[in-house]
Amino acid sequence: MRVCLMLLSIMLGSLLWLSSAQAGEWDFSGKSSLQTRYFPYDPATPAHQKMRPTFSGTLEPELLYEFDDGDNRLSFTPFVRLDGNDKKRTHFDIRELSWLHLGNNWDLSIGINKVFWGVTESVHLVDIINQTDGVEDITGEDKLGQPMINLNVERIWGTISLFALPGFRPRTFHSHFARLNGPLLIDTGTPVYASRQGNRHVDWAARISMTFGDMDIALSHFQGTSREPRLLASLRGLRTILTPYYDQIGQTGLESQLTTANTLWKFEGITRAGQGKRFYATVTGFEHTLYGVFGSVADIGLLMEYLYDNRDARFAPPSLADHDVFAGIRLAMNDTQDSTLLLGGSWDHHNRTGFVNLEAERRMTDHLKLSLNGRFFVHVANTDPLHAIRNDDFVELTLNWFF
Amino acid sequence: MNIHNQYRLNITSALLSLCIAMPAWTAHAADDAEAKGMEIAAEADKRDRGFGDFKVKLQMILRNKHGQQSTRNMHNITREQEGDGDKTLIVFDNPRDVKGTAFLSHTHKLNDDDQWLYLPALKRVKRISSSNKSGPFMGSEFAYEDIASQELEKYTYRYIGNETLDGVGYYKIERFPTNPKSGYARQVVWFDTAEYRPWKIDFYDRKNELLKTLTYQGYQQYLNKYWRADVMDMVNHQTGKSTTLHFTNYQFNIGTTDMDFTPNRLKRAR
Repeated sequence: MRVCLMLLSIMLGSLLWLSSAQAGEWDFSGKSSLQTRYFPYDPATPAHQKMRPTFSGTLEPELLYEFDDGDNRLSFTPFVRLDGNDKKRTHFDIRELSWLHLGNNWDLSIGINKVFWGVTESVHLVDIINQTDGVEDITGEDKLGQPMINLNVERIWGTISLFALPGFRPRTFHSHFARLNGPLLIDTGTPVYASRQGNRHVDWAARISMTFGDMDIALSHFQGTSREPRLLASLRGLRTILTPYYDQIGQTGLESQLTTANTLWKFEGITRAGQGKRFYATVTGFEHTLYGVFGSVADIGLLMEYLYDNRDARFAPPSLADHDVFAGIRLAMNDTQDSTLLLGGSWDHHNRTGFVNLEAERRMTDHLKLSLNGRFFVHVANTDPLHAIRNDDFVELTLNWFF
Repeated sequence: MNIHNQYRLNITSALLSLCIAMPAWTAHAADDAEAKGMEIAAEADKRDRGFGDFKVKLQMILRNKHGQQSTRNMHNITREQEGDGDKTLIVFDNPRDVKGTAFLSHTHKLNDDDQWLYLPALKRVKRISSSNKSGPFMGSEFAYEDIASQELEKYTYRYIGNETLDGVGYYKIERFPTNPKSGYARQVVWFDTAEYRPWKIDFYDRKNELLKTLTYQGYQQYLNKYWRADVMDMVNHQTGKSTTLHFTNYQFNIGTTDMDFTPNRLKRAR
């Protein structure tokens, strides 16, 4: 946090200095939302809140200052959520606070930022730069801002990206008695690190991405603090609590996508050392699109992915996608409201655990968008990591206001 | 070919041999019409060559048959390529939920274009399939193939005739998409004879029925050479919907390089 504050003051200072010295361009925009979640089933642990329903709201303004004809850019995106029932879901984060310089064939960004790696839809195995904002949703798509120095060098055949990542962000967890937390208290206040430097360990990463005609390939390596914690059980008094433990890992990742006429063929694979024996995980699949179905302008996308992971759960954080088949259907109406619907399901063919995900959204006006999400646990084996939240199926309605 | 066709062929062969001069004559006329159509299209293409690059602001107004309107704002940067299709970057500003979404296209003369989409909320660049030529662009009446760069090689041509409307002379030509995934059987284009600028295009669907009409208004000349219309209006005759594009702030010679049109740079586009 101290790093963040230091960065913040440097940024704001330079922002003020630059804006007085040079004529640049300001841009202010952002997003705010109101959300309600409804959990139809009673929690597995009776002491927990039912949250029937629960309300929350967010604010995420984006301030941008561009100067030198767009060659330099300062951006600031704070984020806050206020949740009526879950104290830990009420949280603040700086999603972005950075200076970006665009050079000729290179760019450099310093500050808090977000970086995405990957091609697949059901899981993002290779994506590792940013920590997951675990209280936002259970899909893992929401990320916390990560302090970094990032240099990208471009050649006509591809891009080389280098990252230095000072300042670790521990994962966010729900409050003890809130839904989606599970029965045990997770002590986020005292996380334990394998590195003696704790959360001040400087991680690094590098990635090279290349394009060969219709084929895109990227190879990456990350060395540093694992974004996924192990949750270690211990006794505090008479109560069992879970303490997040962050290992030091080395993870090498490969992404590739083959883009053919109507089908995208996708592959992601990682191998990781530092959590028991070196293990590997892959996700392989395709996305096939049928354009203009039934004589309309709507498109239907068919998705299928196979997920495999051979980590040893005694030494590594549990994986939700060890022997899973994912299948999904995406409907894009291509209307003026950009109405879309995604229905996906994954099924673990070893322990028969099934999870269904529904996402629908539609623009109401130029500034308003309505989205409806549902996350359902069809069957959860008692050996599956989802077992702790097996009764926490929910539907969620969000009204987003963009400004 | 089945047996019945064989039989019919034998009967008609006598008739055919009588009229042998006739098809040869029409084929010759068709060749001429094709050559002239190609000549006009090539001249129009030649006159627009060498612009280098440009940037333009774009407002898209979508209307349904009840007259309800919605507006999209975006800007477009295009860079001409020597011996290949143009490279184009489109960044959306409005509706606000798609603000910052960017679309990169490397168009090609004959092969499918390469396309990428940048989703700012996820910071994710997705390479997408470009085979969806007839699909609507941003829910508008413009299909992807209508907004892609109009390369000479994407059609075969046929000259129909000259027309004079309100004292202005036009070449009327027909063009037939070479790509089988096109949503059109053919298009009829009116070029003015003075400057070879398109003024009107009728689009015929795969069933060869009139689908849409595009009209160009307010041509202005840039760099003393290149003509660009201020307004493009597309009307769908089958659905009653229409889309109008308003172009403002054309800037040429903006000094882009090919490196400004890479998937990595797409993340930095705004």
